[in-house]
This record gives sequence, C-alpha cells and structure tokens, in this order.
Amino acid sequence: MAKDTLLLLSIIILFTPLSSFLINAFRSHRSGRISGVIGTSILFVDMILAMIVAFSKLVTYSDVNIIQTRFEWFSIGSTNIVIGFGIDNIAAIMLLVVTVISFLVHLFSFIYMEGDRRFPKFYAYLGLFTFSMLGIVMANNFLMMYVFWELVGISSYLLIGFWYEKKSASDAGKKAFITNRIGDLGFFAGIMILFMTYGSFMFDDIFAGIASGKLPFDNPTMLTLAGIGIFMGAMGKSAQWPLHVWLPDAMEGPTPVSALIHAATMVAAGVYLVAKVFVMFTADALTFIAVIGTITAFVSATIAITQTDFKKVLAYSTVSQLGFMIMSLGTGGYTNGFFHLVTHAWFKAALFLAAGSVIHAMHHAMHHLHDHHSDPQDINNMGGLRKKMPWTYFTFLFVTLALSGIPLTSGFLSKDGILAGTLAWANLTGGWHWIVPVLGFTAAGMTAFYMFRLTIVAFHGESKTEIASHTKENPIQIVLPLVVLSVLSVWFFYSPNPIDATKGWFHKMVVQPESAVPAAYQWDFLLSETHAVATDVHAGSPAHEAAAPAIAESHNTTPAAEHAAAHTSGHGYINKFQEEVHHFHYTAMLLSLLIAGSGILLAFLIYQYKIVSADNLERRFKRLHTFSLNKWYFDELYNATIIALIMAIAKGKALFDGYIIDGMVNLSAKVTRIAGQVIGVFDNVVIDGAVNLTANVTGYMGAGLRKLQTGRIQSYVVMAIVGLLILIYFFY
Amino acid sequence: MDLITLAFYFFAALTLVFGGVVVFSKNIMHAAFSLLFTFFGVAGLYVLLQADFLAITQIMIYIGGILVLIIFGVMLTTRITGVDVKSGASGRIQITVAGIVSAALAVLLIYVSLTTVWPQSPVAEAGSTVTAIGNTMLTKYILAFEAASMLLLIAIVGAAFIARKK
Amino acid sequence: MEIGLTHYLVISALLFTLGLFGIVSRKHSIMVLMGLELILNAANINFIAFAKFGGMNIDGHIAAIFVIILAAAEAAVALAILLNIYQHFRHVNMDEVDSLKE
Repeated sequence: MAKDTLLLLSIIILFTPLSSFLINAFRSHRSGRISGVIGTSILFVDMILAMIVAFSKLVTYSDVNIIQTRFEWFSIGSTNIVIGFGIDNIAAIMLLVVTVISFLVHLFSFIYMEGDRRFPKFYAYLGLFTFSMLGIVMANNFLMMYVFWELVGISSYLLIGFWYEKKSASDAGKKAFITNRIGDLGFFAGIMILFMTYGSFMFDDIFAGIASGKLPFDNPTMLTLAGIGIFMGAMGKSAQWPLHVWLPDAMEGPTPVSALIHAATMVAAGVYLVAKVFVMFTADALTFIAVIGTITAFVSATIAITQTDFKKVLAYSTVSQLGFMIMSLGTGGYTNGFFHLVTHAWFKAALFLAAGSVIHAMHHAMHHLHDHHSDPQDINNMGGLRKKMPWTYFTFLFVTLALSGIPLTSGFLSKDGILAGTLAWANLTGGWHWIVPVLGFTAAGMTAFYMFRLTIVAFHGESKTEIASHTKENPIQIVLPLVVLSVLSVWFFYSPNPIDATKGWFHKMVVQPESAVPAAYQWDFLLSETHAVATDVHAGSPAHEAAAPAIAESHNTTPAAEHAAAHTSGHGYINKFQEEVHHFHYTAMLLSLLIAGSGILLAFLIYQYKIVSADNLERRFKRLHTFSLNKWYFDELYNATIIALIMAIAKGKALFDGYIIDGMVNLSAKVTRIAGQVIGVFDNVVIDGAVNLTANVTGYMGAGLRKLQTGRIQSYVVMAIVGLLILIYFFY
Repeated sequence: MDLITLAFYFFAALTLVFGGVVVFSKNIMHAAFSLLFTFFGVAGLYVLLQADFLAITQIMIYIGGILVLIIFGVMLTTRITGVDVKSGASGRIQITVAGIVSAALAVLLIYVSLTTVWPQSPVAEAGSTVTAIGNTMLTKYILAFEAASMLLLIAIVGAAFIARKK
Repeated sequence: MEIGLTHYLVISALLFTLGLFGIVSRKHSIMVLMGLELILNAANINFIAFAKFGGMNIDGHIAAIFVIILAAAEAAVALAILLNIYQHFRHVNMDEVDSLKE
C-alpha cells in the first residue's frame, strides 16, 4: 500500500465513526434496534480498515518513523497555523486497540442497553467518542491533539451522564468534566509555552527546535514546566493522583461505557500523549511524572482493597494500572509503559465487560424476583456465580490473572518490564528514588490481592443472596466480546517467549525514541552511547546541575528505529537504561511473582478458606480500613479545601451581589421610578397638550381649507394662475 | 408702411377682435363662427412668418376639422331650437375674478415680451418648409411621429368608445 | 417700424389671455374648449415666431405640428366626454358637474 493510500484510509477511519454519530443523532427519536445495527456495522467496517492500516504500517513501513502529512489550516497575520495527521507505530497499535474495543463494546451494548429509551443516542455518543479518540491517536500536532482532547472530554461527559435522571450520574458527568478541565488548563499552558517559542504546533517542528538547543525563554526550567503542563493534561485524562477522583465516580455511566472509556481508550489518551511527546520531557519532568505515577498506583491500590462495589474495585484498579504506565514512562521505560497500556486495554475491557455481564444478570434476576432495592453491583450480594455463569467466570478469572501479572499472560510481560524498569531507574539514579520501585512492587502485590478478593467473593462459594442464585449466563453478544478480549490477553500475541517480551514484535515496533532534550538536561542513561559520551555528564545527578549550556554537536532526531538498528549491532542496547533493565529482568520477575503469589495466597486464605477472619482483620486495622474505604478522604479533602474555598468566595460574592450590587440596582430603580413619574406628568400635560394642539390646529385648518376644494376646475385654474403670478412676482 | 406691415396688422387685428368675440359673445353659435375667423387670422400670421406648411395645416385641420367638430358638439349638447343657446356666462364675481387674473397675466406677459432681450439670429430667407419638415419628421422625430400616430389612433378609438350609447 | 419678434409675442400674449379669460369665466363646457383652442394657437404663434427669428429653425414648426395633432385628439376625446356628460346630466355646465365633491 502506498503511503498516500494509507493516509487516505486513515482519514476514512477517522471519520467513519463520526458518520455513525451523525446518523444516530438524527434518528434519536426512532426505535433502537436499527441504530444498534447501524452503529455496530459501521464500527465493524472501521475496525477492518484500521486493521488494514495498522498491519500495513507495522509490516510494510515498520522502519519508517512516521507516515504523516501537514497542511496549512489558516493564517493570522504572518503566523501560519499548520496542522496534519500521521500514523507512527504506536498510533497504528492504538488504532487497533481503539477500534477493536469500540466494536466489541458496540456489540456488547446491543444486549446490555436493550430497552433503554435513549438507545439510538447511546450509539450516537459511542460514535462521537470513537471519532474523538481516533483523532487524538492520529494527531501529529498539539492543536489537533487539544481539539480532539476536548472532544473526548465532552463525549465522555455525555456518556457518563447518560442516565442523567439519576442525580449521581449527572454529578459524576460534571465531576469528570470539571476535573479534566483542571488538567487541560495545564495542557493548554504547556502548548502555549511551546507555541510561543517554536511558532508551531507540529510535534516535528517543536522537537526539532528543542533538539537544536533552542529553549523556551532560554531557560531549561521553562522546558520542564512545559513538559509538566502537558503532563497535567495527561493527569486529568488518565486519572492520575491528585486528579484521579473523577474516574471511580464515572462508574455511574453504563457499564459498556466504563469498558470503553474508563478502561481502554479515554484514560489511555493521557498515557498515549505522554508517550507521543516523550522526547521532549527533561529529566526533572520525567522524575515528576514517575513520582505522580507511583503515588497514583499505590494510593488507588490501597483503596481498591476495601471497596465492595464490583465496578468501583475495577475503577480503582484501572487508576492503579494507569499509575503503573505513567510511572514506567517517567522512569524511562517507554516501551514497557506503552506495552502495558495495550495489554491493559484488552484485559481491563474484558474485566469491565465481565462486570457488565454480571450486573446484567443480577438485574435480570432482581427483575425476576421483583426486587428493586438491592444493589446489583455490591459484591456482598453475589457469590457462587461461578456455576451460574461459567463463561463469564472463566474469562474473568483469566484476565484477573493477567492483571495480577501471572506468567503466560500479557499482563505479566508488561508489568514485569515496568517493575524491572523502576528497579533499573532507581539503581541508576539512587537516593530517595528507591521509593518508586518499593511502592511499585507493593502496589503490584495489592493488585493481585484485591483482584482475587473480588473474584472469590463474587464468584466462589455459595450464593449470598437469593438474587445471586437466580442469575444465569448471558447471550452470545455479551459472551463473545469477553472471550475475544480474554484471548487477546494471552502472552503469545506479543512474544513467543512467555517470560521475556523484549524479543517479541512489540519491542521491535515500539522503540524508545531518542530524546530531543539537550543532553545537559536529560538523564545520560536515556541517551544513546555516542550522545552520552560526547557530552559526558555525571551519572546519577539531575543533568542540568552540570550547567553545560553549549551543546557541541547539533544532534538530530533521526527516526528512533534507525538508532536502534545502529546500536543493536554494537552491544544490543539502545542506551544504558535498557542494559540495566535487562540486568534487573530476572530479579524483578522473581520478586513480582513472589509478591503477586503471596497476594493471591492471602486472598485465598482470607476469603476462600477463611483461615484468617476478614472481620478480625478489619477490626484490628479499623482506622486503616476506614481510611481506605473512604478513599483516603480525597473527596472530603477537596470538599473541605478547594471546593470550600471556592464556595466561600462564591458566598462572599453573593453577599456583595446581594447588598451592594442589588442595592445599587434598587437605588437606580427607585430613582428611575421617580424620574419616570415626573416625566409621566410632563408627558401628560406638556407633550400630550402640544400634540393635541397640533392635531386641533391641523383639524381646523383642514376644515377651513376644505372649502377651497370646490370641485370646479375653473377655480383651480384661477388659483394656479394666481400662484404662478405670485411666484413670478417674487422670483423674476 | 409697407404691404407686409399692413398685412401683419390686418391679421393681428382679425385674430384679436374675433378672439374677443369668441370669449365675450353671449351666443355660443356666434362664438363658434368667430373662432373660424380667429383661426384664419392665425393662419395669416403663419404665412407672414414664412411657415407655409403650417398655415395650410392650420386652415385644414383647425377650420376644416376641429371647428366642425366643435360646432357638432354645440349642436348635440345644446337645444338650438330652444331658448338656451346661451354661452352660459357665469356670475358677476366669477367674471370679475377672471378679468383681474387675465389682465394681470396679460400685463405680465407683455411686460416680459417687451423687456426681455431675445437672442436672435439673422433671418434667413428660405423657400418652402415642406421638404425640411418632411425630412426632420422622418429622421430626427421619427419616434415622436410614430407615437403621435399611435396617439391619434387611440384617440379615435377612445372617442368612439366613450361617445357611443351604453 | 419693422415687424419684429416682439410684435408676435404681444399678439400671442393677448390671445393667450383671451383664451384664459374664456376658460375661467364661462360655464359652458364647449366655450371652455374654445378658450383652450385659443391658448393653443397663442402657443403655436410663439413657436413659429421663435422659429423664424431664431434663424429659420425647423424644430419650432415640428413642435407646432405636434400641438395641432394634440389639439385634434383632445377635441375629439373632449367632445366624446361632453356627450357622455350631457347624456347623464342633460347639460354641460362646468360648475354643476361636481358630484365628486360629495
């Protein structure tokens, strides 16, 4: 396939879901089933096209860094706004992920949303969301990225608040939107810093500008700040601490939406963004990213342990896994971070769809029993679903293993790489950075624990309620996506070796790009050998302390793949970091297996065999339990601080408004009223009098003149002649 | 006083005297016949002004056409055999007003005629004007000529339409 | 005394005034019509006089011819209207034909 054809197909892929949106938006008052068929078949076509494009890019053009186009959108004065779109390897992979998951969710929703009275609207929103997400994936400039970023924001708002009759759902929609806005503010500021400096929104131009040694305001700190600003956008979308609060609430949306947005695609946008602009992050910005990711991973893992809502557990596990990805990118593990994004997308979508399957079954059972008060999502109402819903159970169990990082799954490959990366990073940088791998491993262990707690409580043992005992397996439209997604979580798809992914196709396709940041401000171990030697910055310290402003050679951002090829012939690693990761590979693997295994064991001991009483533990660690159950009181904290502050300001303004503004308004109203009365009197007497006078005078004159109108032509002639004489007398 | 001057005063007197009879006569038939002489006087003036074609036209159309039409009008609308063949003078006030206005206009017009210095070209002695009128009429004024012919046609049809019995 | 332009203009003015007096002072419609003819003739005298003393300009003659044409048309139509008025009112007095006033 020619490159032009590929780009043309990409455009078609981008706009196909939009057509689904338009069609379904205009038939939103019709009956649903046809909308579902339309939406699903459009997405099926889109998925096939995306597969063609992605495989073409990955197979035919794997050595081409990016196939892209650029064109001028408009110009203001002498400033030309150039945009474009392009497909690189990670975009090709994301195309696959987004379209396949979107298609499966469309298929799944066909049964799940059956009977909903806004069924066509739901499919319209799904189409809009897919369109926006594909826009992000294809963008090769910040402007388009930002536009589609906001489109994703609005479509997620629509989908989360889909059941807006429920107050909690509409609140969750608003919360998600507003929290995202906070991150977007930083994103926007970051873009503006870059645009002011480099005069372009194109990634290529900006990265080339950075690589040429030109810094924003000639200040490396500004480059770091720009990076952190852009990362803030990612923090909002990818639900990183402290902006993670919206994602668990967003579970108010329909469950397929949770699978699409909050597991596989929208939250992936943040990680994707960080990966896409990875080359512009300085060492400081990367450290910031790593720390945020670590905190997110750890905090949300601790919260997930105590939640009893089926979807909330999955939501917090999502946040935690996103933390892992961000942490990996921050520590320089570009490939593994993105790898985890892809593997996680499959199995988290599977987990959410399985949750949807369970909730759907529970709903049906409740309906059957005429029970409208129980919570169908509470795992304490479940139990024993293993026998009732075998397909759901086995797929759920398999993807749980993947999430826990057990060998023979994709999750093991990616998570292992991430943890090895954190160890390597901590070892290379030293000091307090060791806290990152420590918290990372702890979070990984907790992941295994809470996932098996969820599995055991929900599926094993005896039915805890009558509802659970009346559940039954769902039809094929629900089970098929589960199976497909579970199969995609098998290690074989990514690497023939079940314990080492570095020789698999994924690591060959997604190669860490050479950083564009001048060597003085970047970790030397992230730079290629030649680069590092040439600039010779002391390892282990943030590089800008060395304050080497002059960059001797202008290092160019040649396609990373070529770099990789050039260095693989040497000793097999792009940079020192990769080498270190390889050293820590087995250590990390054993350690994570050990921790995950003990987490699983603990879960079985407590919840399956009840050797350790959960209640006892809960009583003993009462404070910790409450703390975790209440999600570290983040919502309360925000309520007490930020929201309270805003409310106080608003109240102050309301008082000001009530007394001063209203007072002024009332005063002016009174003055106006009095003036109005005076004017009214004047109007009645003087103006009306004058008007009546004029009218009367006119009337009398008319009555008088009427007598001249005799109807005799001769008198008219006389008058005409007299008039003529008068005129001549005066003017001649 | 040469013959031309004598002829001018003769025709002028003819025009004005019979014009006065037309206006002041009590009998409408007298007025109509006086009009004949007035028209004839005017035709004489035309001859003195070297407008031979117009003089002939004046006699043929005014005397031969319009005047006959007017006399027919008098006979159709007035009971000739009865008493009322009066030209219908109006009341005293109306006549007074008309007299004053007319006199004032006459004074004005004569004053203007006498005091104004009229731009004049030397009088060219020319032969018959018929050729010149014919050429001008069918070249420079062809549109007006055609419009006039349409006007006459419409006037004939319109007059016949209006006058016929309902 | 040579007969000049002014002589003709004075004749024309007097004839015009006579016509005007006739129009204004008489009740009988046909008398009014005759006054009108006098006015038209006065105008024609002016046209021809100016034509002659303006260097034998033929345009004045043409204007006079059109006036005659109009006079003929006007006389025909006016008399037709008078006949109608007569059939309706049994007289043709100007000052009594004023039904529109009411």
